[in-house]
Amino acid sequence: MKMKTLLMAGAVAVTATGAWAECAFQNDTTVKTLSAGFEAWKSVTEAMAECGNVEAELDQEFRTKQPAAFAANPALYHIGGVSNGTITPLLNEGTIRPLNDLVEKYGQNLAPNQLIMVGDDIMAIAMMVNTQALTYRADIFEDLGLEVPTTYDELFAVADKIKEAGVVDYPLGGMTMSGWNLALEWINMYGGLAGNNYVNADGTPNFNNAEGIQALETIKKATEYMDPEYLVSDSTYVQQQMQQGKIAMANLWASRAGAMDNEAESTVVGKVNTAAAPLPAEGAAPVATLWWDGIVLAKNISDEEADAAFRVAMEGLDREMVEANNDDAIWIVEGYQPGRLAEGAIATATHAPAPVSYPSTTEMGLVHTAIGNQIPGFFTGEKSAEQALADAEEEYLTAAREAGLIQ
Amino acid sequence: MKFKTFAIFVGPSLFMMIVFIALPLISVFFQSFYVTQPVIEQVEVESCTAGFLTQNCTTEIKNQPVLDENGKVMTRTTFVGLDSYRNVVQPDRVAAAISNADWRGLMSIDFWKALRFTVTFTLITLPLVIGVGLALALAVNNATKSIRGPVIFVSLLPFIITPVIGALAIRWLFVGDGILTRLMEAYSGQDIAMFAQAWTIELLMLFYRVWHVAPFAFVIFYAGLQTVNQDAVEAAIVDGASRWERLRYVIIPHLMPLIVFVALIHLMDAYRVFEEVVGFRSQAHVISLQWLTYDFMEPDDAGNRAISRASASAMLTMIGIVILLVPLLRRTWRDHRGSSH
Repeated sequence: MKMKTLLMAGAVAVTATGAWAECAFQNDTTVKTLSAGFEAWKSVTEAMAECGNVEAELDQEFRTKQPAAFAANPALYHIGGVSNGTITPLLNEGTIRPLNDLVEKYGQNLAPNQLIMVGDDIMAIAMMVNTQALTYRADIFEDLGLEVPTTYDELFAVADKIKEAGVVDYPLGGMTMSGWNLALEWINMYGGLAGNNYVNADGTPNFNNAEGIQALETIKKATEYMDPEYLVSDSTYVQQQMQQGKIAMANLWASRAGAMDNEAESTVVGKVNTAAAPLPAEGAAPVATLWWDGIVLAKNISDEEADAAFRVAMEGLDREMVEANNDDAIWIVEGYQPGRLAEGAIATATHAPAPVSYPSTTEMGLVHTAIGNQIPGFFTGEKSAEQALADAEEEYLTAAREAGLIQ
Repeated sequence: MKFKTFAIFVGPSLFMMIVFIALPLISVFFQSFYVTQPVIEQVEVESCTAGFLTQNCTTEIKNQPVLDENGKVMTRTTFVGLDSYRNVVQPDRVAAAISNADWRGLMSIDFWKALRFTVTFTLITLPLVIGVGLALALAVNNATKSIRGPVIFVSLLPFIITPVIGALAIRWLFVGDGILTRLMEAYSGQDIAMFAQAWTIELLMLFYRVWHVAPFAFVIFYAGLQTVNQDAVEAAIVDGASRWERLRYVIIPHLMPLIVFVALIHLMDAYRVFEEVVGFRSQAHVISLQWLTYDFMEPDDAGNRAISRASASAMLTMIGIVILLVPLLRRTWRDHRGSSH
């Protein structure tokens, strides 16, 4: 169950005409992009738009729109913004094209770790890595003399003290909106405890176990420190809570941290720091998954359009864009200088043991959906943790049978 | 009327109904018995993803769909009988829950949770909509002529608002730091979260639906009130009937066909409750049957749509509506036969 209100879509269209001052070439072919709506995509699509004739659509609902839009012939968009989670349906349905020849032609500046390979084919160009980091109000921690928590137990102890001090509405924020967001919280927590063991080799589920239950119970404990309406709280909401000084800590997407220093929106500019995502238990991996975000090109477009789209994309992913928007993301494009707000994400990514790299598999997609549909019942008190995971297991099996993965 | 004239008038609408209602229904009916799945192959691939500074390459066995020569996913469709219905209704778990008298166990199955809400929502809003609509109509009918126009206009406003927008407006008024929640908090001195538990959400949904639909009932009843036989009312007054008795024995019997009509329309509408779930983002707490069907239709994170389960759920929703409508339809049929002779 994805977050699928038609309403929070927040579709922003950035259309630029005429201004290709900072672009190396003048683009005459219409290029349409569809991507998520966080800061990094705004920067990248704005840089692409400098070449002219670029229509960018930034939509948090891109996940559900993309597969159908790319399956159309001709495809409704040329460039898609994807991550390792959202590339799976596109790969499965074969609606994106290998980029080997285009990389050879225009991709001289790409670093090797930007190339997302499936076998010998380059299927996507990554531009940034993303993961979770503990985002916290350094000023509050200093005033109250608190240590930055490294485990969830410490996090709860710190949250108690912040609650006592009463300096914010709620000590914690969380990306716990029922559906995709809440499922990711659980996936991060379970990955920290059990590693990449969501399914067995034969495709049967492997999460209805002690670690799965521990993950659910830890998240439930965390929600006691949150806004009681936490089941409608997505990453944008947490970002705003932080910006408006309503919460003091959140294990938040690294891509959201940059917004804390955005003077137009934030009331806490310069007061927020990041640290590694806390561990669910001593010796475990951080409560996080490693993601990359990048671009793919549709298969159902002409080669000329693909050529133009790829050149525009390279302009959007160049050194100038990174230098102008350094703090928007953990870029893996040359020219990136990790800033203060990137410290946490880098600490998460380089922690040993390392967090799980979110698997780009059909099975993982089914796990994500089944968990997202079934665990909210545990948080509303309708189900026990065991029952919620058993229900998720059953839904996964039904979906996996329908998808032909298991018999 | 000559049959030819009749056919010319009814033909276009009949054609549209066949194309847009009957044929899709038949198609959904058949789809609910079949499952279409991609043909899956297992391949060993080395895939490389981006890490910070380094590239992470892993070789693993991956399940992936086979593509045909046109680049489309190869699929095969198999007859599965009632499997999709079984997956939606989950009879084994229902039997277990009933034998243990375990209400929570039953409510942990999505379909039954949705059915419980849909039925209670429909049955609670029905009398409220009719009651509020009738009260409004009587009030306006008794109001002085000069203010009737403005009162009718204001009463109709909620009906004009697009349902999703109306639901969103209610959500924004009552969400965590919404203006009305703030007012209630200031008044009661407590921290109030209207969207943190199911019963408050359901209450808001009921309120919203009655507020939104009552004007429709009002308009119909108000029109009906204009045709009440004044002689009968005056005769009742002469006989010493009180205001309540006049309403009970003269006006309501006169409006009965309209009440049945409003009830029919409302049952059909309310059973398809959907906007409230989307607008209030209540899927963690409250879901409806229509929303369940929609959720099956939406691609999951692997890009698959559960078309068969969606079809099964849609068929079950339709059966539910028919069951609810049967008593009312039988009544209309009886009245119709009684009056046509």
